[in-house]
Amino acid sequence: MEYILIFISAIFVNNIVLAQFLGICPFLGVSKKIDTSLGMSAAVAFVMTLATIVTWLVQTYVLNPFGLGYLQTIAFILVIASLVQMVEIVLKKVSPALYQALGIFLPLITTNCAVLGVAILVIQKDFNLLQSVVYAFSTAIGFGLALTVFAGMREQLELVKIPKGMQGMAIVLVSAGLLSLAFMGFSGVDGGLKVLFGLD
Amino acid sequence: MNYINIIKNGIIKENPTFVLMLGMCPTLATTTSASNGMAMGLATMAVLICTNFVISCMKSITPDKVRIPVFIVVIAAFVTILQMAIKAYLPDIDAALGLFIPLIVVNCVILGRAEAFAAKQSPLASLFDGIGIGLGFTLGLTLLGIFREILGSGSVFGFTLLPETYNILLFVLPPGAFITLGFLIAIVNKLQRNS
Repeated sequence: MEYILIFISAIFVNNIVLAQFLGICPFLGVSKKIDTSLGMSAAVAFVMTLATIVTWLVQTYVLNPFGLGYLQTIAFILVIASLVQMVEIVLKKVSPALYQALGIFLPLITTNCAVLGVAILVIQKDFNLLQSVVYAFSTAIGFGLALTVFAGMREQLELVKIPKGMQGMAIVLVSAGLLSLAFMGFSGVDGGLKVLFGLD
Repeated sequence: MNYINIIKNGIIKENPTFVLMLGMCPTLATTTSASNGMAMGLATMAVLICTNFVISCMKSITPDKVRIPVFIVVIAAFVTILQMAIKAYLPDIDAALGLFIPLIVVNCVILGRAEAFAAKQSPLASLFDGIGIGLGFTLGLTLLGIFREILGSGSVFGFTLLPETYNILLFVLPPGAFITLGFLIAIVNKLQRNS
């Protein structure tokens, strides 16, 4: 039950992009077409889950026992950057088809602050390994949902005549605001579920 | 290029918030009030000035192939120093900005300037570029914070201007960040086209 709660809350209530403002760059950059946004979402889901597992292990078995907590930022960003590189190399060798599909998105993920953000958040929230994995995976699904829905909106936006001053980034940001407003409709759902599941 | 021009360039021509549109995550997340926005801007500026200077000093001994990892380690080191300093001396700001202080590491403004400016120019010019871009970023965040605070809580830097009945809660909440920035960029576009 606890895991269902983490799952729903990470996707809808505390959506990583629309409520927590992590991963805005790919959200605005790669959301012009639905296909590319699906590819990006898959790549993020893969890397985010893997990165969270590795950084959780690094924090628990390396940084904590040796009292190196202050090295968290440096250690995590290095782990994520090298992990992305490694995933790229392994994918190229093992599954060229998947590499073709995700390849161009992988280098972009290193600077996706959502990955580092989630890695730090699970430590701050004191999650155990399984909770961390569920949280990372559902956050990535939430990211994918927001990205894909927004790509759909932007495809429609292409067909509309927009006032000169609002063209480009301005109208994109305002539309993102409206999408975020729609997601605010989910606020409180997690509280309700908590009561329903008797976790309070 | 003289140093005043470099600073001016960072504030106006290459303003990171309104023109380059880099570092959107902290821009949207931390501008719930003018003072929070300003604190985030200043924190980023402090890191940017240090990293620009150090990276520019190291440019002749950095092998080209591993320059990005080197940049990231330098940036992460300064962010860690800042994070510890803020935690020790300014606990209020630490509580308000929270996660977004360690996330300065992945702020594209910093890596972007390291790659585009500091890796090519002299240390002193890079230092001034850090000041200019940092001021531009601080200005952008403070402006966004001022608008959101007036509309959402009826105050500026904590001084109340409007009674509570005129507060529009939406502007302090996440959707308000997107909408306010969208309209500010529209205004900047308009001004640019006129000038």
